[in-house]
Amino acid sequence: MKQLFVFIRKEFFHVFRDRRTLLIMFGLPVVQIILFGFALSSEVKNIRLGISNAEDVSSRQIVNKIKSSSYFLVSEENISEGVIESEFLKGNLTAVLVFPPQFSNDLLHAGAATVQIITDGSDPNIAKTVVNYLTNIITAYQQESFGVATGYRIVPEIRMLYNEEGNGSLNFIPGVMALILMIVCTALTSVSIVKEKELGTMEVLLVSPFRPIWVLIAKAIPYLMLSLANFTVILLTAVYVLNVEVKGSVPLLFFETMLFIITCLSLGLLISNATNSQQTALLLSLMAMMLPTIIFTGFMMPLENMPVPFQVISNIIPSRWYFLIIKSVMLKGLGFEYVWKETLVLAAMTIGLLTIALKKFKTTL
Amino acid sequence: METVVLDHISKTYEKGTVLAVDEVSFSVNKGELFGLIGPDGAGKTSLFRILTTLLSADSGRASVAGFDVVKDYKTIRRIVGYMPGRFSLYQDLTVKENLEFFAALFGTTVEANYSLIKSIYEQIKPFNDRRAGKLSGGMKQKLALCCALIHKPQVLLLDEPTTGVDVVSRREFWDMLKSLKKEGITILVSTPYMDEASLCERIALIQSGKILSVNTPDGIRRAYPVKLYAAKSDNIYQLLMDLRALEWIEHCYASGEYLHFNFVSDEQNLLAGLEEYAVSRGHRHLVVREIIPDIEDCFIRLMNEGKWLSEEQIHAII
Amino acid sequence: MKEYVIQCKDLTKRFGDFYAVDHISFDVEKGEIFGFLGANGAGKTTAMRMLCGLSYPTSGEATIAGYNVYTQQEKIKQHIGYMSQKFSLYEDLTVLENIEFYGGVYGLDIKTIKARSNDLLRELGLMPEAKKLVGSLPLGWKQKLAFSVAIFHRPQIVFLDEPTGGVDPITRRQFWDMIYKAAATGITVFVTTHYMDEAEYCHRISVMVDGKVKALDSPATLKADLSAETMEEVFYKLARGAQRSGD
Repeated sequence: MKQLFVFIRKEFFHVFRDRRTLLIMFGLPVVQIILFGFALSSEVKNIRLGISNAEDVSSRQIVNKIKSSSYFLVSEENISEGVIESEFLKGNLTAVLVFPPQFSNDLLHAGAATVQIITDGSDPNIAKTVVNYLTNIITAYQQESFGVATGYRIVPEIRMLYNEEGNGSLNFIPGVMALILMIVCTALTSVSIVKEKELGTMEVLLVSPFRPIWVLIAKAIPYLMLSLANFTVILLTAVYVLNVEVKGSVPLLFFETMLFIITCLSLGLLISNATNSQQTALLLSLMAMMLPTIIFTGFMMPLENMPVPFQVISNIIPSRWYFLIIKSVMLKGLGFEYVWKETLVLAAMTIGLLTIALKKFKTTL
Repeated sequence: METVVLDHISKTYEKGTVLAVDEVSFSVNKGELFGLIGPDGAGKTSLFRILTTLLSADSGRASVAGFDVVKDYKTIRRIVGYMPGRFSLYQDLTVKENLEFFAALFGTTVEANYSLIKSIYEQIKPFNDRRAGKLSGGMKQKLALCCALIHKPQVLLLDEPTTGVDVVSRREFWDMLKSLKKEGITILVSTPYMDEASLCERIALIQSGKILSVNTPDGIRRAYPVKLYAAKSDNIYQLLMDLRALEWIEHCYASGEYLHFNFVSDEQNLLAGLEEYAVSRGHRHLVVREIIPDIEDCFIRLMNEGKWLSEEQIHAII
Repeated sequence: MKEYVIQCKDLTKRFGDFYAVDHISFDVEKGEIFGFLGANGAGKTTAMRMLCGLSYPTSGEATIAGYNVYTQQEKIKQHIGYMSQKFSLYEDLTVLENIEFYGGVYGLDIKTIKARSNDLLRELGLMPEAKKLVGSLPLGWKQKLAFSVAIFHRPQIVFLDEPTGGVDPITRRQFWDMIYKAAATGITVFVTTHYMDEAEYCHRISVMVDGKVKALDSPATLKADLSAETMEEVFYKLARGAQRSGD
């Protein structure tokens, strides 16, 4: 046990003395999160809103509510549906709220009515925020006027022009988490093992009574700890700098993250077994791991839009499953009962990878 | 008692196409300082890796301290101290940290076997807090030796510890080995420097995976089959050319400030004829005398007698 | 009148307050084989870098092949050859490709490259290996090829940094034969080595200790001066008291 402790301490020495790697490890995630965070700019003000067809009582009341909020500048009170498109193209409007002709009537007599929110989806982050604001205002109006448990419902029908899915925004946070953990765990672990091979220290380690498997474990533990620390930093940055709300259980989040870290570590070990130089290890981890992560995880481009073969391939990418889990837990606030399937897939992958990595690890040269 | 035994060990790489070690057999006695001497690519490192259980041989058997390298590899890993050819310390750890790490690795402490490393360690102790990467070649070597000794091994396996190190550090290093020998540790050390051979009790000369000879340095020198002469003149390069042109000189090559050569037959009158010839070729201050061959002379002789050099290569030089 | 191809006077390289090379002065004649010895960390590598035009001296004067080390580094590089034990040839290129590449780097025209590489291959007996990858050649051949490539563009000076490390004794002598031949054609050879018997093959040697040139003369004179039997003893006597070491 003492051997293991000494080994782990040694790994920490390596990490803390390599300032550049340390900076990349902890600095990069924060920078990335902040960068993506401000690209998604959670607070949007002075949204130029056009109103169409607000001619009855209920619709006027809603428009007044909107006007009184600080978020919107109602620039066109009565825009005709024919010019909406051209106003968007000119950049005069960010969003348009369209009421149907019989809005009040539908609401009071049929018990349900529809409004249409049209936004400029070319900036999905802003579009989504605008939709959120408008939906909130409409919901609030509904509750004030009719109480919570009434049958009257206004259903906002949303169309995000130019990007119907409205992808982007908060999705980036779990995406970046997956990416960073992937880089840190996979690349750094493989490089740190291959480095010992290059230096010749691996030879001495193997010739010592310290069991080879323990070499791997001793290598993995510091990176597991560092990655968890890293994850905490990312999470704190997301919560306190970007005001992202963690809706689900934090322990569950950590549990799932730990599982994913072990997956990545196994991958790193596998790579280090197959390579003998730091460059190859790094290239392999970055090219072979990062690119698929970016493409197949689904946070940059929606998986649904990909050709079927790609969608199939995406199933074998661990980060895809992690991404789904984190999105559900962190952003949607779902519990373990909703993500157990994904967790199981990830766990199966981990066990598979770890078995291969340990089997393939050579106790000789 | 034989502590290290190699019995017809062969090893190939690249699926059998590259023969690195070819039926090597020799043994090292308990407490002996044994040198494995040969150039790069001779198979020295492969042999060390086989003995340290890092590589398995294609055929043959080997044992260290009575333990088989295949069956008892775990035991061997506990009782040998190994210094690989490359500088195998953590460059970003300090002297002290390196030492403590390797001690812990073998489940011991620096204090437990301090007496063994004391004389070596005290030389680098002033640099305790310096990172190993910032040490000089000689000091790195000392630290690596300390690390290999920290668990009081029975057998010390040192793969080219003096390569690339200057003469002063090399001498110091051999002095350290001699004092370790007094502690009863069996030492197998490899080197490409032929002049270090005489510092060992017994040596094995190795070339292209084959053992050329195993003996004491003196024994190898005495086994030199012919008389060897040294010659020099004012124009040493011209003398080399001139002597090579003679049919009755078998081999002639430079060695330090002299040329070493031997005649095709050991006849006295050839020597007189040679001096005459040299003077006729305009050489001045000619010195010719019979010498005792050194290990390098023996190595060259043995290489030439072997079949593994191409005819053309031998012809080109000798 | 002697013709000098390397002249340096009080050449110094300082890093902070550390004098890596401390006012060294020497001249090397055309066609001379000059041995440049020193303990690990004595400043050999730093000095050699300045002479090759790879780094600027802090102070002092030096002319290499008639060019100033401060102002004409590019010219210097055109007129010198360089070979080291660590880096010499591309292992994943064939023998011929390596030769052609270096010929091209030094701006030789295709016809010259063709003619010279034919000569070179014939001389080395490497004709049958011309299309083989350098990585597949024995170490000794690689070293000899590397040397031939280093003097392929007929430089005035060739710098050899431990060219024979780890090479077998026969190949080592073949290598020195090549050095002698090159020197006979007027190429100046500037060589470092850890083999003390090789120091004897040099016309003159300098021994660097702690950044300074502590001794410079012919091997015979040095041995006589220090009443030493061998060059190894000469070196030992000079470098034993070295204060610093470390590369």
